[in-house]
Amino acid sequence: MQIYLPIAEVSVNAFTLIGLGGLVGLMSGLFGVGGGFLITPLLFFIGIPPAIAVATGANQVVASSVSGVLAHMKRRTVDFRMGGVLLAGGLVGSALGVLVFNVLQRLGQVELVVQLCYVVFLGLIGTMMLQESIRALRRARNPAAPRRKLHDHMWVHRLPLKVKFRASGLYISVIPPLLVGLAVGVLAAIMGVGGGFIMVPAMIYLLGMPTKVVVGTSLFQITFVTAFTTLMHAVSYNTVDVMLAVLLIVGGVVGAQIGTSLGARLRAEQLRILLALLVLAVCGKLALDLFLPPEDLYSIVVRAR
Amino acid sequence: MRRLALILALALAPAALAQDEAFPLYPDPGLPRAPAPENVSRPEAEQPAEQVVVGLSSDSVAITASFDGSDILIYGAIRRETPIPDTPLHVIVTVEAPSQALTVWRKARRAGIWINTERVEVGAAPSYYAVASTGPLDQILDPAWDARYRISLPQAMRAFEGALEVRDTVPFTEALLRLREAEGRFLLDEGGVHLAEETLFRADIALPATLVEGEYKTRIFLVRDGQVIDVHRAPIMVRKVGLERWLYRLAFDQPLLYGLMSLAVAVLAGWGASAAFRKLRRA
Repeated sequence: MQIYLPIAEVSVNAFTLIGLGGLVGLMSGLFGVGGGFLITPLLFFIGIPPAIAVATGANQVVASSVSGVLAHMKRRTVDFRMGGVLLAGGLVGSALGVLVFNVLQRLGQVELVVQLCYVVFLGLIGTMMLQESIRALRRARNPAAPRRKLHDHMWVHRLPLKVKFRASGLYISVIPPLLVGLAVGVLAAIMGVGGGFIMVPAMIYLLGMPTKVVVGTSLFQITFVTAFTTLMHAVSYNTVDVMLAVLLIVGGVVGAQIGTSLGARLRAEQLRILLALLVLAVCGKLALDLFLPPEDLYSIVVRAR
Repeated sequence: MRRLALILALALAPAALAQDEAFPLYPDPGLPRAPAPENVSRPEAEQPAEQVVVGLSSDSVAITASFDGSDILIYGAIRRETPIPDTPLHVIVTVEAPSQALTVWRKARRAGIWINTERVEVGAAPSYYAVASTGPLDQILDPAWDARYRISLPQAMRAFEGALEVRDTVPFTEALLRLREAEGRFLLDEGGVHLAEETLFRADIALPATLVEGEYKTRIFLVRDGQVIDVHRAPIMVRKVGLERWLYRLAFDQPLLYGLMSLAVAVLAGWGASAAFRKLRRA
């Protein structure tokens, strides 16, 4: 069933969009990532103009994150104080990111910078997570090996402005979470993603948060940062296509629910290996696109109306 | 006598060159061109021997939620007072969408990766352009008349704008044509117009699903001996209707309201699904 999208001004198959939303929703519930890092490239691929894909992707992430964060709140796995600090950084970062996005668009390098960001970040994080998960699995098989501490005390824990984050069991400075939030906000606006795939590892490895509150807390931050990003895109560039968003959301909310209940049954290490492999696969595909000669050297960009 | 011939040849050579340059394959870079003439300049009293009478299957296209491209039928007849001349008659039909400003980028390998390096800005190119004719354009139409009415695809593209970063714009224009043709946005259908008894003609033009709103210009040319002898113009309005129109207007007239509505839809859907699944699990 073809459907015409009023803002994107293209006609696409409604079931493709619902299926795409469902897949991304599943990721969202399972891993606590917004799924934007999958949905934005997929929307480009089916012919949605980039600016609209980014803005509408953010809107879809709001929906899947809301249902995810509600499920986590029921299970009391959200650290609201940490979420608030991450959010404060995220809002500033998102505003900055939209500015940078504009400059890049004028220079014609948006695609390149977005792809490079994906390759670098996904590559680093995927490798880190895979190493960590394999180590954890080995430890589980061989209980005689020395146990690791709850978290390492690094430079991060010697900064001023310390605050107690009770749900996470942490007493650390607010500066690292603020910076993490800021970085995620910038990436959210530039890459059209929720930023969970950056934030989840940063929370585990940089802030030392326990895994059980990481997913819920990151979903909490993502919900508000992507809502803010959506609003900014809608007001300043009219690039949110609500028809497209609704179709993605219909698939997405169902997928998110299935993902959340599935995630509760799987073990954390298995979950992390799965996510690491997924991240590396997307990274590899994007890297190939950068290094292999393109199908057509030329491309057309329609300038703003 | 021989000297005279030489002088004559020398005098004619630049003229021939100038003739070639007057109608290059592609528009001159950097030069804004004069608008195409609205009608063939001829005295009022002197009516063309043959005139075109046209009908459209519809003079408007409504974009609804289930819009998936559309076909328009352009048909008509040729009215003439005099007997049919000996030379063959040809009909060319063009449909042109509103123009957009474009940038054509070329990638090159820098430090191992492929990035956009060079660009040509195109001031205005139609987002959709279709040409249908009774025969191959280069055989039935004089380039001078093509340039005057901008009938063929390369001619339909307007001048480039701004300072050029590249010497040779031809590959960029060719790429624009090639990419747009691949998307089905530029159509060339030589033989797509069926002419019966040199009097009745019909053409079916396919409009793609990726239509832009606005007034589409339809032109029907009568061509004899490579010359345009009559032109008829008719507009086709392409408009979004119903929900599509309402959403589009809201997005551009009340962007804050539209943004908040999009968010409300997202939050409601997310919360609703969460609640529904909880009920399902309990049941």
